[in-house]
Amino acid sequence: MPLLYTQDLRREFGGVIAVSDVDIEIYKNSITALIGPNGAGKTTLFNTITGLDFSTSGRVFFKGEDITELPAYKITRLGIARTFQNIRLFKEMTVFENVMIGRHFRDTHPKIVKNDLLNFVIGKVYIKKNEKNIYDNSIKWLDFFDLLNVRDEYAKNLPYGKQRELEIARALATEPDILFLDEPAAGMNASETDRLMKTIKRIRDLGITVVLIEHDMKLVMNISDKIIVLNYGKKIAEGTPEQVRNNKDVIEAYLGKTND
Amino acid sequence: MENFIFVILIYTGIYAIAALGLNLVVGYTGLLSLCQAGFIAIGAYTTAIIMNAFNTGFWESMLLSGLVAALFGFIIGMPTLRLRGDYLAIATLGFGEIVQNVIMNWDSVTNGPMGIHSIPEPKLFGMALSASSDQAKPLWVLTIWIIAALSYYLIRRLIRSRVGRALEAIREDEIAASSMGINTAKYKVGVFIAGASLGGIAGSLYAGYSQAIAPLTFNFMMSIMILCMVVLGGLGNSFATVIGAIIITIASELPRLIGISHRIPPQLNQVLFGCILVFMMIYRPQGIIGRIKLNYAKILKEEILHTEK
Repeated sequence: MPLLYTQDLRREFGGVIAVSDVDIEIYKNSITALIGPNGAGKTTLFNTITGLDFSTSGRVFFKGEDITELPAYKITRLGIARTFQNIRLFKEMTVFENVMIGRHFRDTHPKIVKNDLLNFVIGKVYIKKNEKNIYDNSIKWLDFFDLLNVRDEYAKNLPYGKQRELEIARALATEPDILFLDEPAAGMNASETDRLMKTIKRIRDLGITVVLIEHDMKLVMNISDKIIVLNYGKKIAEGTPEQVRNNKDVIEAYLGKTND
Repeated sequence: MENFIFVILIYTGIYAIAALGLNLVVGYTGLLSLCQAGFIAIGAYTTAIIMNAFNTGFWESMLLSGLVAALFGFIIGMPTLRLRGDYLAIATLGFGEIVQNVIMNWDSVTNGPMGIHSIPEPKLFGMALSASSDQAKPLWVLTIWIIAALSYYLIRRLIRSRVGRALEAIREDEIAASSMGINTAKYKVGVFIAGASLGGIAGSLYAGYSQAIAPLTFNFMMSIMILCMVVLGGLGNSFATVIGAIIITIASELPRLIGISHRIPPQLNQVLFGCILVFMMIYRPQGIIGRIKLNYAKILKEEILHTEK
């Protein structure tokens, strides 16, 4: 059974059908790429799956559980993390704090999370152990991305490539089973993209399933186990990089139809 | 003269408590709320009504007023906190107006526009704290500033904890915060409730001290005045909020202090607030002192070291 799958997922904005009855299946420990021309509905599909947007109809299942109606924070707690197309870091917070927010609920006893607003009155003694875990695990994830030397910098002061990495680090700090990356290579130069490619493979090697939206075809063809192609909200093709590269509909979507 | 300084200290303290509550909502969490006067009114009227109707003592009425204001904070917060930015401001503005209008028109309970002029005098260790007696004023100053200090301490503790971290994340980027697994709605409503209850306690102290309240006191201008205190000192900085409260209260009482109040129109206050806001926005938008950015990683490290010792 796939780790995550959708059934006839549909999202309409007024008369515009952004996502049209899409079925996708994401298998454990794979790298899946979602490609398609601009406006094909890729980000909308991400948003509906991760709970930031709601679907008009259709279902989303994760680990066999229906998560369609769940709010974003619950979906994250179940094990789905994501990054954003236009980087959404906590800009005025330090690199370390950004990752700490990722650990906010993970290292903490559920009871503490539930009564968060009262704990500060009752006392901190038994929260402290959890907070120490937050501290240690944040360091672990900063180290994974080689961000320890800039940990006290404000996120907004990092160079662009580092900001992208920090966003991924923050998402991974929530310990997801599946990681959604929305155009992680956008705005990166060739060497940064190379580094990103290695990073994504390292993430996969940790046992985390990766789904990414990407326009950089070199990256997509190199690392994907499976590619799903969207156009006008519809899934027009899926398969291995080789199959997709030779698919007639895909070529047509990207290059246009020939007249003869 | 001495008497007058006490009066200013009393009002400063009351406003400081309300402003500390508002700063938690506006400064730390980034939700623009324009109804702090509404919560103050709820606190003041709750105290006045229950002290008259059930003969309760002032201090238990004060706690109850805080709870009632908190309840209203919850009722108004649940539906409106889905709104963002300007929309939230408009909705809270509406709530403040509703509170004032209900008080104005619910004659049988609130005595309408006449207000309530027969609030029993609070007692502290058997001593009556009457508004007319001069001996009671230093005691009032002390009591009110102790409550203000307690609010300050609780807020500081809240902000330095994991909750403060979450609030900062919500202020920075709510969508990102929710995709980090933070239940943003819960934190926002919680903060709104805390801010409302501090407003309620401030209102209750107001009623207890002046022993007479009228609905027109708690108008939109009062909300703006308290917002001015928060903005003037610096958003997201409790100490600065208290400084802001002191400056604004003195500025608005200054005509009376130097004895020219009968020569200038009372509306001058509003002109003054307007000018202060405009000049602040142009020359020092971060406030006189400004926000103090806490380094949560450092706080955590210190705490961990402290525990291991």
